[in-house]
Amino acid sequence: MNSTWSRFNITSIVLGFAFLYLPIVLLIVFSFNESKLVTVWGGFSTKWYVSLFHNQGLMDATWVTARVGVISATVATVLGTLAAITLTRYTRFRGRVLFSGMVFAPLVMPEVITGLSLLLLFVAVGLDRGFFTVTLAHITFTMCFVAVVVQSRLVSFDRSLEEAAMDLGAPPVKTFFQITLPVILPAIISGWMLAFTLSLDDLVIASFTSGPGATTLPMKIYSQVRLGVTPEINAACTILIAVVAIGVIIASIANKRREIQRQLDEQAAQRG
Amino acid sequence: MKSLGSIRRDFAPWNDPNAKPYIQFDKVTKKFGDFTAVNNLSLTIFEREFFALLGASGCGKSTLLRMLAGFEEPTAGRILLDGQDLRGIPPYKRPVNMMFQSYALFPHMTVEKNIAFGLKQEGMPGPDIEKRVAEMLKLVKLEQFAKRKPHQLSGGQRQRVALARSVAKRPKVLLLDEPLGALDKKLREETQFELMDLQQELGLTFVVVTHDQEEAMTMADRIAIMDKGEVMQVATPAEIYEAPTSRFVAHFVGNVNMFEGKVAEHTADATRITGATGAQIVVDNGGKAAAGSDIVFAIRPEKIKVSSKKPANAVNALEGEVYDVAYLGDMTVYHIKLDDGQIVRASALNASRVTEDPLTWNDRAWVSFRPDAGVVLTR
Repeated sequence: MNSTWSRFNITSIVLGFAFLYLPIVLLIVFSFNESKLVTVWGGFSTKWYVSLFHNQGLMDATWVTARVGVISATVATVLGTLAAITLTRYTRFRGRVLFSGMVFAPLVMPEVITGLSLLLLFVAVGLDRGFFTVTLAHITFTMCFVAVVVQSRLVSFDRSLEEAAMDLGAPPVKTFFQITLPVILPAIISGWMLAFTLSLDDLVIASFTSGPGATTLPMKIYSQVRLGVTPEINAACTILIAVVAIGVIIASIANKRREIQRQLDEQAAQRG
Repeated sequence: MKSLGSIRRDFAPWNDPNAKPYIQFDKVTKKFGDFTAVNNLSLTIFEREFFALLGASGCGKSTLLRMLAGFEEPTAGRILLDGQDLRGIPPYKRPVNMMFQSYALFPHMTVEKNIAFGLKQEGMPGPDIEKRVAEMLKLVKLEQFAKRKPHQLSGGQRQRVALARSVAKRPKVLLLDEPLGALDKKLREETQFELMDLQQELGLTFVVVTHDQEEAMTMADRIAIMDKGEVMQVATPAEIYEAPTSRFVAHFVGNVNMFEGKVAEHTADATRITGATGAQIVVDNGGKAAAGSDIVFAIRPEKIKVSSKKPANAVNALEGEVYDVAYLGDMTVYHIKLDDGQIVRASALNASRVTEDPLTWNDRAWVSFRPDAGVVLTR
């Protein structure tokens, strides 16, 4: 393979990364800005981080977002896993195609439509909009992502593991909890993390389905930005980026380590 | 007294009319949609027997095993184990255990947890489980691997864990689905003998599914040859080889020469056969075929003697030309093209280092065999 660094290669890589990360870098840099003016550098300071923690509105929104995220991701993971199991295991029931289409439709459905239709539903059944409705809405739209992740793992799952467990005397329910669940657990955890992240950064659906007292962080940031960007928002976003980045880095390092350990084990086993 | 092949051990309940059958397939049929995997099959297996189901892939042998384990229910017919009808009994309540072709070891459990899994399900107390697991690990010589996970083991070790796990519960019957299929040749041969010893030691009934005839011949007390969902023949390895009852079985196991022909006449103690291409063959065990009926005379290559001159006193001698010679070290295989055009395969054991009657390509040669060397097949 030709691996020389031609001028063209360097230019395209620089442009590409700039396009992806320049806005984020600017945001992070200006979160440490001394000046109150967002676009004028006035020296280094961490005072916006301090004032952030005294901004009750932002802190409340963060708390709401975290709770919505954890609850909706958990429920969506349970429902999505069940849907994935049904879709991979029971391949011949009536209406399977319709069912699988309906599970995966929200993947491609415009968020505005999902949000609006949920709003109409909540109004129609007379449900007061607030924390509960946002959570319900997030369960609805993240469930299909969990189902996709878990289903892809289940397709490669060796069914003889379950047969072996039953053969050794474990009834079906026990087999599921002692064999199937532990084996597909990594996929379920990825599904949960995906659902949590999606819930965390959703603005559109939350705006439709939320009510007073249940403002999520993205909604709060968006509404504040409309009144003018403050360095405080930059600080909040920087913290959000840091949290997500650290999560991703830890997950990938753990993954890599497991992989390497596994390879070493297998090599050792082959040697005897 | 004469006997077929060599005798292995004094165990033959199938010849005893009073022996109680242990596993009975009674007119079992299994259909998957339009496909008939097992067709009206009846089969009896006895206690402590090492029984092999042998056949090409898709012959229904695995389906038979899975029906015994309870993963499939027969479409029609009954399966009895020790007199009990197994219909409707789920796999987790059957007193049989299975060793899977893929081993199906639980990847998230250590070797000892894998072995203990079945014992835990039956509610055995902890100390007893520990004792049994230790016993099983010793049996398969994996004591020092107890804390390892399956992916930290080699193929042969995984196979032994799977074996230990499936016998840990002391099942009435152990089912083995291609137990040695994933091992390399050398390991496979060693493991064959280990399995036989284990079966003797534990006194269990083994039902093994395999497509490898050598494996079945080595290990099994009796073999059922299967084709298209039906049993073609059930017999000891020696009977299968020396006295096949059909062309399919004769062809399926080992090499064979087939002479198409008709029964010319029955005399007092022999049957004369006229081959389709003119060969005259005399056999002393063709009594079952009616005179004038179409038959096939089947004879194994090692039963045929090759010589450069017509052997004196030979009942059956046919003349031809050496077509091919293959020297394999322990034996030499000749392909002799008879004067009527048929090619006969003959193998000669190289019992001495020098050959008194060397034959090579295009030499004139005679093939001869005794009247009891082959079998007459009517189907």
